[in-house]
Amino acid sequence: MPVTAMREDRGFIEVNAQECKGCGLCVEACVQKVLHLSAHLNHYGYHPAEYDGRGCNGCGLCFYACPEPGALKIFKAVA
Amino acid sequence: MPELKVTHQKAECLYDSYERKGELTHQTHYCPGCGHGITMKLLAETIDELGIRDRVIMVSPVGCSVFLYYYFDTGNVQVAHGRAPAVATGLKRARPDSIVISYQGDGDLAAIGSAEILHAANRGELITCIFANNAIYGMTGGQMAPTTLLGKKTTTTPFGRDKIKDGYPLHISEVMSSLDAPVFVERVALGNTKQILAAKKAIRKAVESQVKGLGFSLVEVLSPCPTIWKQDPVEAQRFVREVMADIYPLGNKRDRTADAEPHPAPAPEPALSELPAILKLPKEPAPADAAPPNPREVDYRIKIAGFGGQGVLLLGQLLAEAGMDDGLAVSWLPSYGPEMRSGTSNCHVRLNNRPVDSPVVTRSNILIALNEPSLQKFVSLAEPGSLVLYNGDSIPAEFRREDLTMHALPFFELADEVGTAKAGNVVVLGALLEVTGLLPDETVDRAMARVVKGEKWLEIDRKALSRGKQAMAASLGKEAACHV
Ligand SMILES: Cc1ncc(C[n+]2csc(CCOP(=O)(O)OP(=O)(O)O)c2C)c(N)n1
Ligand code: SF4
Ligand code: SF4
Ligand code: SF4
Repeated sequence: MPVTAMREDRGFIEVNAQECKGCGLCVEACVQKVLHLSAHLNHYGYHPAEYDGRGCNGCGLCFYACPEPGALKIFKAVA
Repeated sequence: MPELKVTHQKAECLYDSYERKGELTHQTHYCPGCGHGITMKLLAETIDELGIRDRVIMVSPVGCSVFLYYYFDTGNVQVAHGRAPAVATGLKRARPDSIVISYQGDGDLAAIGSAEILHAANRGELITCIFANNAIYGMTGGQMAPTTLLGKKTTTTPFGRDKIKDGYPLHISEVMSSLDAPVFVERVALGNTKQILAAKKAIRKAVESQVKGLGFSLVEVLSPCPTIWKQDPVEAQRFVREVMADIYPLGNKRDRTADAEPHPAPAPEPALSELPAILKLPKEPAPADAAPPNPREVDYRIKIAGFGGQGVLLLGQLLAEAGMDDGLAVSWLPSYGPEMRSGTSNCHVRLNNRPVDSPVVTRSNILIALNEPSLQKFVSLAEPGSLVLYNGDSIPAEFRREDLTMHALPFFELADEVGTAKAGNVVVLGALLEVTGLLPDETVDRAMARVVKGEKWLEIDRKALSRGKQAMAASLGKEAACHV
């Protein structure tokens, strides 16, 4: 099912907070600086990554920086 | 608002949830920021892209990456420390269509497994090795690895790695690329996203070279271990980029993928029926198949001991071969214990009408002692009422046991009479057959013809056998009670 981006952003990301270990490597990797670690703890006691909610361009850099296979899902605008 | 589609998500060849202990089924077991997770993801993505998941066999090591089988929904084998390239070799040779990917840490590959990786690479095995180098033993809590940087304090180098005492960081990729066989060797790093994307390319190229059948490939991945390095994940990433990559230069060390010829398909194995000819075995069917099971109740536990060169092992072999021809279950266990060094040798033989449970003879019911030390060593373990044959004129008084039937004959002197003292072991066999009747003469003769190499020797051994029988018969007649 297609997801609709906020405003005119070219991309979007979903963080699976239960798979995230709060290492912060995605925050470091994001050139757009649209990620941060949440103030909340997840089920396993980590501060999971969180998307600011806008500004993602769908570049996928955070995905490759992340050690957890299922923590991040990246979307990109079609055409 | 633009429509969005998914461009990156969990690889399909990874399980949705991991069947690990307890509730941690949604996370890997790696520490936050561990490089193993990233490398695993790159590998998983490669497998998906190449569409080879159903052919992949992952070989996981001992170390923090031991649990690849929790994650990869592919074939998996987890192997002993350092042995991944050896097991991968076997897997690939047995299943040439599979894509065999071994994954090893630096303790696993560069320390305990250094021989395996060297020879697999040198043989040019058609496997792909992913080598996660974090310059430390992670799983066991931070001991020095051969790859540890100079000056680095570890639990085993508390004052820092010292080049005089501990040697230098081992450059595996450079060693690999000094060999002729490998087709692809590259060192990559996980120090930032650019490096990670280059790592992905190299891993893909390495696996592809196997898919094309080109030869051995290895990718060394400089990988952060924030926990043992005592750094946070971002610092550890920087350390990989700024310090490790300086000591371990990144880049391709060997790429012959453009002009390497694919390995030819392995030659088909010879049919089972061709093996006897290849091994130059006699044409007759295997005696064990030929002989019908022997109905008589038999349980001979034979120990034969003597000096090296007395033919102890051959005597045992003759008994076992003849026993097999007689339809018995047999075992022959030559013993290469520490006694080898002092020049003595022994073997255990079992002949039974039922399957032999253990080839080890502890309590013998036939002891053949071809010298005094052997008699001394084993006579106390002979079962009461059992038989002892001793090479000598008489049983030394201190080793006599009233509850045993003991015979002494100078077997090797008797053999000398028929041509050569070397046939003494067969004189023993003759004497044994005479006193026990444990196997039919024809059966023994047939086995002897098979085991003994050369007509001349067979001739001598046949004479020796009858000399042994004669001598024993004479001796039995002389001392009817059998007690020496
Ligand atoms: C035969 C044997 N020797 C030693 C060990 C203990 N041991 C377990 S993991 C390991 C070192 C692993 O280090 P490395 O290969 O660098 O992997 P990492 O944990 O850093 O990923 C050792 C020595 C073992 N399991 N088996
Ligand atoms: S996809 Fe790119 S822009 Fe979007 S969050 Fe990830 S790194 Fe940032
Ligand atoms: S890199 Fe992955 S595990 Fe680390 S904080 Fe970001 S999403 Fe979480
Ligand atoms: S100890 Fe090091 S190598 Fe092992 S899981 Fe943790 S970070 Fe990774």
